[in-house]
Amino acid sequence: MKFGDRLFGTLAKSFAWLTLILLAGIILALVYASWPSIQAFGIGFLFSDAWNPPMEDFGGLIPIYGTLVTSVIALLIAVPVSFGIALFLTEMAPAWLRRPLGTAIELLAAIPSIVYGMWGLLVFAPIFAKYIQPGLQSSIGHVPVIGKLFAGAPLGIGLLAAGIILAIMIIPYIASVMRDVFEVTPPMLKESAYGVGCTTWEVMWGVVLPYTKTGVIGGVMLGLGRALGETMAVTFVIGNTNFLDSASLFAPGNSITSALANEFAEADPGLHTAALMELGLILFMITLVVLVVSKLLLNRLAKGEGTKS
Amino acid sequence: MEITDAQIEFKDFNFYYGKFHALKNINFKMARHKCTAFIGPSGCGKSTLLRTINRMYDLYPEQRADGQLLFDGRNLLGSEIDVSVLRARIGMVFQKPTPFPMSIYDNIAFGVKLHEKLSNSEMDNRVEWALRKAALWDEVKDKLKQSGMSLSGGQQQRLCIARGIAVKPEVILLDEPTSALDPISTARIEELIDELKEEFTIVIVTHNMQQAARISDYTAYMYLGEMVEFGVTDELFVKPKKKETEDYITGRFG
Amino acid sequence: MNLLARRKLTNQVALTLSLSAMAFGLFWLAWILWTVLELGISGLSLTLFTEMTPPPGADVGGLANAIAGSLIMVVLATLLGTPIGILAGVYLAEYGRNHWLGSTTRFINDLLLSAPSIVIGLFVYAVVVAQTGKFSAWSGVLALALIVLPVVVRTTENMLQLIPNTLREAAFALGAPKSVVISKVTLRAARAGVLTGVLLAVARIAGETAPLLFTALSNQFWSLNLNEPMANLPVTIFKFAMSPFTNWQELAWAGVFLITMGVLVLNIIARVFLRAEKVN
Repeated sequence: MKFGDRLFGTLAKSFAWLTLILLAGIILALVYASWPSIQAFGIGFLFSDAWNPPMEDFGGLIPIYGTLVTSVIALLIAVPVSFGIALFLTEMAPAWLRRPLGTAIELLAAIPSIVYGMWGLLVFAPIFAKYIQPGLQSSIGHVPVIGKLFAGAPLGIGLLAAGIILAIMIIPYIASVMRDVFEVTPPMLKESAYGVGCTTWEVMWGVVLPYTKTGVIGGVMLGLGRALGETMAVTFVIGNTNFLDSASLFAPGNSITSALANEFAEADPGLHTAALMELGLILFMITLVVLVVSKLLLNRLAKGEGTKS
Repeated sequence: MEITDAQIEFKDFNFYYGKFHALKNINFKMARHKCTAFIGPSGCGKSTLLRTINRMYDLYPEQRADGQLLFDGRNLLGSEIDVSVLRARIGMVFQKPTPFPMSIYDNIAFGVKLHEKLSNSEMDNRVEWALRKAALWDEVKDKLKQSGMSLSGGQQQRLCIARGIAVKPEVILLDEPTSALDPISTARIEELIDELKEEFTIVIVTHNMQQAARISDYTAYMYLGEMVEFGVTDELFVKPKKKETEDYITGRFG
Repeated sequence: MNLLARRKLTNQVALTLSLSAMAFGLFWLAWILWTVLELGISGLSLTLFTEMTPPPGADVGGLANAIAGSLIMVVLATLLGTPIGILAGVYLAEYGRNHWLGSTTRFINDLLLSAPSIVIGLFVYAVVVAQTGKFSAWSGVLALALIVLPVVVRTTENMLQLIPNTLREAAFALGAPKSVVISKVTLRAARAGVLTGVLLAVARIAGETAPLLFTALSNQFWSLNLNEPMANLPVTIFKFAMSPFTNWQELAWAGVFLITMGVLVLNIIARVFLRAEKVN
């Protein structure tokens, strides 16, 4: 029994180590696999828009740009919507509706991303091209500077469509973190604000939001982490092209994940594979930074709670 | 009040939570097959003292003890003591009932299986014996396969006592065993403790002075980690030797 | 307009926007589910489960090999990832609470939980596929297991944290060694929560596509050989949906229907299960 006990403890501990080593292992494996590309292109990889497999000339600019732009679009849409949903779920919805509505929003996160992708390509994109994009062009399209973002042929698929679908996918993550942090705001704090005559909105904007801001930002970063690494939904609708000659969000593009999904299995071993691996490494590093920030902010909020109660 | 047949003896015993000196220079004896009660205000160290007897503090690396804690003359504080064997000889019941997430039968058999290899019929007999001792048999004999969680609070506590008894310990430690129970369940547990004294040495922590007066033979009054007074229960409650004890038991303090 | 009226108006506008945000979220859910139901059900037929994936241009065929492949890989990945995840979660909750290894692993595990799944695919490609020189179902199983792992670690730890410490002490007080306390008492008390975590992990990998693209790949034919590429629903859907063939697209919709329903049912079972257990 003594031996079994020791064995059990050692086993549990070694699996904890395994989880720990896994992260280091992923980074090391990606660095090793992308080494030829790192050596061949150096830091210039980040700023080159070349992607020419026959000539073995690769640069990550266009996929990195696509990943960042689609994620920013997703955040611009998802953050206010998630805030509205969290506000509705914590302050407005009648008690009996809270759980079913909350569950419905969480189910958005449960739908596999390939479903979003196929729906986005075959259902959403045509409608988007026919009704929404011309509408955007005829309204905001004439504004100087910003108008350039909405120039070009309305194809449906492209950076904007990918950003919108990403937004729908990350809403549940951001909204549920926001709801959770709003719910831990001490009732006394809210009641004292209501007590001096604040409206619901003033309590949320002036008291609850400042009180929970670290948690809210943590939730937003979590959503960003998801958006950066999302693969299938983006691959279906982003258009998959490495040519980018305008600032338009209507233009098709490429993201790190879509480049990987489309090219990797057929890439030649050697520099092409290594360049794709380097893209994966860059993606992993960006995501890790975002997630670490998110985690630290959320941990800080959790600790603050502990000392206050 | 000289205790001649001591089962447990504390000698120059000290206990620490990290840097905090929680028990200071404890010296006293507990008599075999008697009931000893620890009383005192919250945080005085009475539960801490109880939990040293089965080395519960081993679970928490920042807690440590020094001095001597003799069990039948043998020091329990040494590292050569096998706590698993020790805990088979010293059972414990907690403040809140702690039925395990398994059937009533398995709850009782759990501890027995750890220390003995019994045949099925022997185990059946042992389970029945323990449940009878804990005055629970008649209430549960038809539903031994049901979950232990399905019982009422008082029944759960008697189940936990039966679980402790089933291992056939020599000492039973009770840490405020009735504080979460209603008065009727409390009375049943007190009766039970009175019967168990015949076969086991009982040590009980209680915040309820009447309870200590009703069921114990010896009482220790503790305050701020020190044992202020220890004596025969009837004497300690009728004419305490120390002023602090008198203040506490007459309700002027605590 | 006086100040009070303006404040009230702001409040009205804000609350209306909040309501619209909720409606906005539900709108997409309804639209997506409706599409999946409408196009998916029309593609359902018995041949879906009996016929193999068809070659381009053929007007018959099903998804039998892809369904079987997905089931095999999901089951194996769960069997591989769950015990490791549970034990690592046990370490975090029962051994390493105040140890640097515990807090570090907890932090890293949370990063892995949200890390892009495609990177897991790249990792397995680099350490398995590139070394063995071929795509295989085993490497797909490994990639999926690595996605199961952090989910199970996280839920196991959370559920064990909820178990009151007195229950552990009660078991220790009977002289039980730590492994028995954990396996017979605390894990058993947390079993509903742990099982919920496993169900959610299964739901997550059932639809995972990205990590399979470079590992299990796909297979047009029926194959149960784990050392060869294996057909699976997500990659088949990806290939068929992007194609110009109507027959392939219809099959893809049917596949999407199967996966979505499976995932939603798993999610709902997990929730109902956990709630029922909480009431007890």
